Amino acid sequence: MKVTLLLFAGFRDALGDRIVLDLPTGSTVAQVRERLAADHADQEGLLRVSRFARDVDFVPDDTELEDGVELALIPPVSGG
Amino acid sequence: MTQKDIPRVVLTPEPLDSRVLENAAVRREAGAVNVFLGTVRSPNRGKEVLYLDYEAHEPMALSQMQRLVDEAETRWKGSVVYLHHRLGRVAPGEVSVVVVAGTPHRAASFDACRHVIEGLKRDVPIWKKEVGADGSEWVNSRP
Repeated sequence: MKVTLLLFAGFRDALGDRIVLDLPTGSTVAQVRERLAADHADQEGLLRVSRFARDVDFVPDDTELEDGVELALIPPVSGG
Repeated sequence: MTQKDIPRVVLTPEPLDSRVLENAAVRREAGAVNVFLGTVRSPNRGKEVLYLDYEAHEPMALSQMQRLVDEAETRWKGSVVYLHHRLGRVAPGEVSVVVVAGTPHRAASFDACRHVIEGLKRDVPIWKKEVGADGSEWVNSRP
């Protein structure tokens, strides 16, 4: 199944606006995190402290994903 | 602009005018209006800052900002709360964020401001890149 990731800030500088991953059906957010860390070892540290969001809300790592879902990868925020 | 026209939450590349929000929060029902301004600092950790460059996941940021304002207005009865934030380049000495809380009594106006700015710092997807003479860095991005 396809999972699209929207990227921001440091991730966008390093990897571009978005990434499309092909993952096994029934994958969770945790598996998205693992796949990204495997594909982009230089981003592993930042990935560990980042969160994921679907639409406008954060989602926990055990969230099961459906085909075609769009997630945002949210590195530590620094507004204000 | 009348009070009704001013949105509670805004993301804008334009300079922020806290006076407009302050005036909107001064109402017959309010006994206190507290204004928090976040401003761009230079030097920061010993380094000269040319400007900060803010970006956001805009739909999510606006939704999370609205959640914080709603939480504050629910928790502190009779309050009116505004949260406006800059995007793009903001120079040292300029205002990057404004929180205004108008409440019946003064303690709540401090508490409501604090609730909103701390929540913004924790959960609102806005990021700033600090740009100096020697290069740039996303703030908080070192794991």
